[in-house]
Amino acid sequence: MNLAEGVQIVSFGILSVMMLGAAIGVVLLDSIVYSAFLLGGVFISIAGIYLLLNADFIAAAQVLIYVGAVNVLILFAIMLVNKRQEFQPVPRAWIRKAATAAVCAGIFALLSTMVLSTPWAISTATPAGNASVVVIGLHFFSDFLLPFELASILLLMALIGAVVLARREFLPDDDFEKAQAEALKLPERPRELVPSGRNETVK
Amino acid sequence: MQLQYFLLVAAALFCIGIYGLVNSRNAVRVLMSIELMLNAVNLNLMAFSNYLDPQTIKGQIFTVFVIAIAAAEAAVGLAIVLAIYRNRDTVDMEQFNLLKW
Repeated sequence: MNLAEGVQIVSFGILSVMMLGAAIGVVLLDSIVYSAFLLGGVFISIAGIYLLLNADFIAAAQVLIYVGAVNVLILFAIMLVNKRQEFQPVPRAWIRKAATAAVCAGIFALLSTMVLSTPWAISTATPAGNASVVVIGLHFFSDFLLPFELASILLLMALIGAVVLARREFLPDDDFEKAQAEALKLPERPRELVPSGRNETVK
Repeated sequence: MQLQYFLLVAAALFCIGIYGLVNSRNAVRVLMSIELMLNAVNLNLMAFSNYLDPQTIKGQIFTVFVIAIAAAEAAVGLAIVLAIYRNRDTVDMEQFNLLKW
């Protein structure tokens, strides 16, 4: 990206604030549907950050796969298990929340001290930029060929496994047949049979 | 722009994902938290790929693989949630104690 430094910093700040706010909303909001839509906001913000990191192909893939596939899949799952039930409160739930918050704050403190104290070997080479798609394709078909093929097999296994898991084990037979019989019957008025012409000539 | 900004944002996102993973009652929200954590890892990989290895961008390759596996994980996870909902008639994580002694 050929942007000025100030523009990059401002857009990074906006995108990261959007991302973190939407992520907190995903975790803390009561309505699960709002959480799902905010998850789409998180994914789109991350795609914008990928654009700042000179990775346009991955940004497009992020929008296509995460927002287009995973988020829609989650919305469908919410639609299918849409049960409005009040979860009965667990005794001493605040202990778990406080402990988790403390652990998360600890992990964040640890990670941030590690990040800020490590002398990173920043490379000064010019980034691949627009040629990143070519480089990714070269990697896929030379030194990452085996993981690439394994990923396709994994996707096939996940497809079949999801179908097998989500399928109904048995069909309620009588309901099914009755519904089918009603569906196949044409809605027409009962009328008396007209004698055909051949019978009339016999008479 | 520095590498540390991206790493700090990714760490914050990962911690939010952990909090949601442990504290969610709804099973679908647990899957959403897992997606948040996977995206934090992706952000780390992309930042390293841009700042430490800008010529042979192997971090982007890893990100593509993580995205593929995350899509497979989401499909299978949501199918499992659907199957459990059909059996137990709830999505409350507190009542999924089939394997608890």
